Amino acid sequence: MTDDTSFSRSKIHPKKFALLVSCASVVMLFAALTSAYVVRQAAGNWLEFPLPSVFWVSTITLIVSSFTLHFSYKSFLSGNAVVYRGLLLLSFLLGILFIYLQYKGWNALVDIGVELGTNPSGSFLYVLSALHAAHILGGLAALFIAILHAFILPYEVTEKRKLRFEMTQIYWHFVDLLWIYLIVFLWLQQQS
Amino acid sequence: MANVLTAAPHSEEDVLIEQMGYDDHFHEHHDGDKFQSSFITTYIFSQDHKMIAKQFLITGMFWGVIGGLMSLVFRLQLGFPEESLSWLKPVLGKWIEINAETGMGALSPDFYYALVTMHGTILVFFVLTAGLSGTFSNLLIPLQLGARDMASPLLNMMSYWFFFLAGLIMFISLFLNTGPFSGGWTAYPPLSALPQASTGSGAGMTLWLISLVFFVVSVLLGGINYITTVLNLRTKGMNMWRMPLTIWAFFVTAILGLLSFPVLASAFFLVMCDRGLGTSFFLNEIFIGGKALDHVGGSPVLYQHLFWFLGHPEVYIIILPAMGIVSEVLAVHSRKPVFGYKAMVFSILAIGFLSFIVWAHHMFMSGVNPFLANFFVVFTLIIAVPSAVKVFNWIATLFGGNIRFTAAVLFGIGFVSMFISGGLTGIFLGNSAIDIQMHDTYFVVAHFHIVMGVAAFFGMYAGVYHWFPKMYGRFMNETLGKLHFWGTIIGAYLIFWPMHYIGMAGVPRRYYRFDTFQTFSQFDDMNKFITIAAIITFGFQLIMIINFFYSIWYGKKVTDKNPWGATTLEWTTEVDPGHGNWAGKLPVVHRWAYDYGKDGVEFIPQTTPVKEGEKMEH
Repeated sequence: MTDDTSFSRSKIHPKKFALLVSCASVVMLFAALTSAYVVRQAAGNWLEFPLPSVFWVSTITLIVSSFTLHFSYKSFLSGNAVVYRGLLLLSFLLGILFIYLQYKGWNALVDIGVELGTNPSGSFLYVLSALHAAHILGGLAALFIAILHAFILPYEVTEKRKLRFEMTQIYWHFVDLLWIYLIVFLWLQQQS
Repeated sequence: MANVLTAAPHSEEDVLIEQMGYDDHFHEHHDGDKFQSSFITTYIFSQDHKMIAKQFLITGMFWGVIGGLMSLVFRLQLGFPEESLSWLKPVLGKWIEINAETGMGALSPDFYYALVTMHGTILVFFVLTAGLSGTFSNLLIPLQLGARDMASPLLNMMSYWFFFLAGLIMFISLFLNTGPFSGGWTAYPPLSALPQASTGSGAGMTLWLISLVFFVVSVLLGGINYITTVLNLRTKGMNMWRMPLTIWAFFVTAILGLLSFPVLASAFFLVMCDRGLGTSFFLNEIFIGGKALDHVGGSPVLYQHLFWFLGHPEVYIIILPAMGIVSEVLAVHSRKPVFGYKAMVFSILAIGFLSFIVWAHHMFMSGVNPFLANFFVVFTLIIAVPSAVKVFNWIATLFGGNIRFTAAVLFGIGFVSMFISGGLTGIFLGNSAIDIQMHDTYFVVAHFHIVMGVAAFFGMYAGVYHWFPKMYGRFMNETLGKLHFWGTIIGAYLIFWPMHYIGMAGVPRRYYRFDTFQTFSQFDDMNKFITIAAIITFGFQLIMIINFFYSIWYGKKVTDKNPWGATTLEWTTEVDPGHGNWAGKLPVVHRWAYDYGKDGVEFIPQTTPVKEGEKMEH
């Protein structure tokens, strides 16, 4: 707990609460874009194309990284320092792999002739996945700091480190869920 | 700080806080006050919410002057199209085009539109969003809730500096060779999405977009902080139903901003893609010089939906803080509890909720399906209900009160007057059938200037006159304040009242000059009159600015901690509170914020414990 908020009397830490509130604003960003997608699709002149399968692989990668991060946190609490460090590093690497797979997905789109400016249907896919990837990069930065803490600082469960880890975890699960929402949304829109 | 810590309690409240206050051990952790240890951390990169509030206010005033002066220049063009403006050449340079034969200087049409665009952008975002909600949310949320500071002082500081950066970029765009963006503050495509569409659509629009993206970041950082602080950092005893209406208003404002500004950001991202990356989100088949552009299949109306999904909540982001301030100021200065406190809270919540489902009433002219428009008409007109509840309650609060006619309360009353006049024309425009007739006329200009421009300014002025003693430990000059009030309220009505008439007569807005239209020549004198009224009214605002800065250094000193005899917590701090707001323990709240004239006592501060057998409001 940092000094400036140590006067809080509330049950949930204000910084954690602030993180949840900012997640709400990110939800609005993507809600706006996906509803624009629906409106634009209904207007016609909409290019249909299959979603490259590599996006499903990246989805699984991201889901796995959420699980590894979750168990890393559990190990952190239960005192298993080796598993904690290992799984944290693994989560980070899976996050990097996700970005790489998204990049492969964009390449696959170009290969089937769907470039950024070809048709709004493709443009939306690029913009949604790129903005989401930007949020993943933010999560990777947080994970990177968590890794520095894990490997440089001596292992120790303090309130401050618990809070930091928890917040990193909340954000990572959030961007994971966000991608699941996006991929399911895109898939459903293509079925209709 | 140190001498404040050791200062002996000298008033009843001090004793109360000392005996019954909540000890959070704040000062034990903040020895030496690391936040305000040097000039830079005190006055520039301050993390103290009170200083950040002052930064927002003064930056907002700076932009208010710039935006106001811009409106005077284009009003001169509208009122006196035949007069030479060459005397403005030293300031506006090449934007004043001198006719070689007659020597007449005329405002360039491109720059006329740039001025209108900048006036709108600056006033809506920089002055009435950042300058109003930024100032008073920052100042009052921690002080009135009994918190040491915001939940995250660092994010709070960043919120101001992102706003500052947004302003800086917008300011630079004013000096571009091609001029600032000129497609209207709403930035509709294609003018915003095609760099070659007009002179301002190139570099001007690029800077406009960057500036506003920074502004969105600023609003989000601020809003996250306000919401978190209100929900998490209230002092002991301060439950939600004991919060002053100011806090309720700032709280709902922050929620609106947090949910609507990301949508604006999404629209901006798509515009950026259209501009730079060759996508066609908002651009349909467009021909320039007979040649088709590559863009195919976009929908400019989609942009309007995204924009107004922010745009409508935005007007409540502007007006709700003013409403909260006015509720508080009217209660304090009429020495009466706010009438219908819970009804006030519920109408703030209702207005906040409804503001999200009425956006398409800005788009009746954009070819929205008339069947769909009906729903938006109904929801829009329903907003009149909570608004009317609020107006009724303000008047009932004043009714029979022992009103002290200070400058603050005058502006509060002026706010109610403006809100009624502007609100009534809103009922006209909310009907799609009437709106189609009125939409592109000066009637709309008159409506929104009165209801969200002037009214919000009145709320802001009420707040500045009322809380100036808390900000600077001095009073503003009351005589000049009253002069400012009468000049402004008469002037504002003289500017905007005639606009209703010329609007109903069909004079279109957004026109550079009217003299090629025979039918509008009958309104030439009216336009002159409006321009003169605008210049004089602007002059009265200078009185306020002089009064403000003079009073910071030379105003009458505040000697009493609670100069207005108010019940809320900000008046239990030292006259000039240091970081952490309360020198010792935090106050504990025992009652709601509006115990005025109760049981024959003029006012009972929130820190006063409930007497045995006393009937409680909340």
